[in-house]
Amino acid sequence: MSKPIIATASLAGCFGCHMSILDIDDRILQLIELVEFNKSPIDDIKTFTKQCDIGIIEGGCCNSENVEVLKEFRKHCKILISLGECAIMGGLPAMRNGIPVKECLEEAYLNGPTVGLNAEKVMPNDAELPMILDKVYPLHEIVKIDYYLPGCPPRADLIWAAVVALVTGDELNIPYELVKFD
Amino acid sequence: MKDRILNIVENFEKDPGRMMDILLEVQSEFGCVSHEAVSIIASALNVSEVDVTQTRSFYHFFTCQPVGKYAVYVNNSVVSCMKGMSEVVDEFEKVTGIKFGSKTQDGLISLHYTACIGMSDQEPAALINSVVFTELNREKVRKLVADMRAGKAVQEMFTELGDGINAHPLVKSMVKNNIRKAGPVTLGEYTVGKGLMKALGMDSKAVITEVKDSNLRGRGGAGFPTGMKWDFCSRESGDHYVLCNADEGEPGTFKDRVLLTERAHMLFEGMAIAGYAIGAKEGILYLRNEYAYLKAYMESVLTELRNKNILGKNIHGKGFDFDIRVQYGAGAYVCGEESALIESAEGKRGEPRNRPPFPVQKGYKNKPTIINNVETFCSAVKIIENGSAWYKAIGTPESAGTKLLSISGDCKLPGVYEIVWGMSIKEMLDMVGAENVQAVQVAGPSGICLPPSQFDRKIALEDLPTGGSMIVIGKNRDLLKDVVLNFMEFFADESCGSCVTCRSFNMILKNSIEKIVEGHGIKKNIDEMMAWSEILRKTTRCGLGQTSSNPITTTIKNFKELYDMRVKDVEYQSEFDMSKAVKDSCEVVGRPAIIHE
Ligand SMILES: Cc1cc2nc3c(=O)[nH]c(=O)nc-3n(C[C@H](O)[C@H](O)[C@H](O)COP(=O)(O)O)c2cc1C
Ligand code: SF4
Repeated sequence: MSKPIIATASLAGCFGCHMSILDIDDRILQLIELVEFNKSPIDDIKTFTKQCDIGIIEGGCCNSENVEVLKEFRKHCKILISLGECAIMGGLPAMRNGIPVKECLEEAYLNGPTVGLNAEKVMPNDAELPMILDKVYPLHEIVKIDYYLPGCPPRADLIWAAVVALVTGDELNIPYELVKFD
Repeated sequence: MKDRILNIVENFEKDPGRMMDILLEVQSEFGCVSHEAVSIIASALNVSEVDVTQTRSFYHFFTCQPVGKYAVYVNNSVVSCMKGMSEVVDEFEKVTGIKFGSKTQDGLISLHYTACIGMSDQEPAALINSVVFTELNREKVRKLVADMRAGKAVQEMFTELGDGINAHPLVKSMVKNNIRKAGPVTLGEYTVGKGLMKALGMDSKAVITEVKDSNLRGRGGAGFPTGMKWDFCSRESGDHYVLCNADEGEPGTFKDRVLLTERAHMLFEGMAIAGYAIGAKEGILYLRNEYAYLKAYMESVLTELRNKNILGKNIHGKGFDFDIRVQYGAGAYVCGEESALIESAEGKRGEPRNRPPFPVQKGYKNKPTIINNVETFCSAVKIIENGSAWYKAIGTPESAGTKLLSISGDCKLPGVYEIVWGMSIKEMLDMVGAENVQAVQVAGPSGICLPPSQFDRKIALEDLPTGGSMIVIGKNRDLLKDVVLNFMEFFADESCGSCVTCRSFNMILKNSIEKIVEGHGIKKNIDEMMAWSEILRKTTRCGLGQTSSNPITTTIKNFKELYDMRVKDVEYQSEFDMSKAVKDSCEVVGRPAIIHE
């Protein structure tokens, strides 16, 4: 039997969740025995080259490109996992959700303290750029998500336990401390 | 500004416990409690700015930006919507040229929404600078705005006065009592002072026993035996307090409004009797700000009672001292919860306390305190006057006496009815002239949504308990959209935010019902809502979170077909709409929205 295939992406996240994946340390060698990677920053494959088994996504959706990537993942992956607070709830980027997008853009490009270099006061509007969404969406509001791994970032041990359980079919055994932070 | 604020603080003896009063005066005088005002108040009271800000930010009627010279608060509760609020809102926006939530350029008019203001029998209603305007329509709105532009005083913007005390020179309000049925207890015959006179002739323990024997149970909704509460409290040592809960925030309730208007003497007398019974010298009437139009009248009644020595020192020469002050709220439903009410009366955020200790042990200023509803105190007066046996003979074995109902919604005769406990819903509907009824919302949003198949059930603590709110919902209404969604918006707004589940699940439940109403719901959402409701109920500190999912759970139970009709039988459905989501940002930066699906 061929190895299960994993794809990963970071959308409106900070790559912290991906760093946490790397925090599995030397278990990465075991991981490579267990699975194959496709589209992912881990191996730098930029587009899907085959159907995958597991998609792991960090970050919510803040622009149209995020949405397109997410939908691609849904198409190509049997199982989709929301990894971390931003994917699950929108996280820090979603702090803009209470503020009209107009005000956010004006603050970023016209009025904010760091816009000095933007002398002509332009707002980026090239057709090549992704379009900004009215708010930051958690992934499950856009596509069906099968599993959620909480944390900011989720602990490496949690990610490891979840992936191993998924690929081996063993029961998932997560100690309380891995998902509760109170 | 500084001098004036210092003056206000001075008037309340620099007591941080009177923070609510201080903020209310500042808000009313300056149209807001600005950051600068907060600083001045904080240093004058010798507390930190955060202490002031946390109270300021909690209440709906305190704002940090100035409201308009005329601040219009339109009630957006269920019944107001039923009676045509959207037209009123539309007309206000049209003639002022601004949207709700904003203020005209010249600062003259600001438009706001507010939760139920206790006028469900005369909706759509609004408060303008604390003056009540009822039964609004497009024409009245046009006239109101014209009057505002002409600089007319708010009190002169209506010509017709309401009935009874509403027409009293100190009230001068257009509010109508709408008393449709008077019973033998609270709305029956009443002579000022008779009950108290009799109580003072009895031993204080005997007064408690009389109330206990009457089987009187609290009229605020929870139905706790009143005599028992007084007894518990009287056994505690130290200063005692009597608090009256006149927060009346449950949408659809307005019976306390009528008692406060027509039976103010009786209420204060009841509080004095309670004070005598438990050994208290001080009482506080916690009155919702929406009823501030009664302020001058309330003060005059208190003065009158002091002059008659029904309040004050050495009452009727019996060596009993008791006086009452009125504490106004500032727009927060949760302050009706007894421990939140205490916090608020102490000048703090209206956040419910953990219990135990209960208020009878540690209440106002951490001293033994009883809190009762307006109607409870009024009933106690008649119990003492006529005896417990007389009272117990009225009603059912488990629910003694009468109950005031506030009936509103789709019926011919909305108003206040004093009924004898035990009346069936069907009898009630006949009484109010309601036809083609789809449902009755019993006990307000936190109660239950009752289907016609259960209309033979009885209004009684042992069957359908209620604090008095009864909203009749006609067949022509979209129950999920017009009622359930509105209720969930209300709870999501009014949660005090202390409990994680109350803060977040009410929002999630509101979003879920909205999703279903908009046609994006799936079957699974119904089970999820039931499961979340259960968690919410079990993990919250006060009655708000414990009952706020009732609009959803009781309609899923009793009107399941309305949900089934609206949800799809699929595994997953997204309501995300890319073109809608990018529309605003593309407009702002000036680019076309190009969507490839
Ligand atoms: C969210 C919430 C709001 C409440 N609002 C009111 C109210 O407006 N008036 C009232 O009398 N009781 C209200 N109550 C009930 C009070 O907590 C308390 O039970 C009542 O005032 C006790 O008086 P009673 O025994 O005379 O009914 C509310 C309870 C909760 C949880
Ligand atoms: S249940 Fe809700 S309203 Fe009550 S204390 Fe908790 S958060 Fe506040």
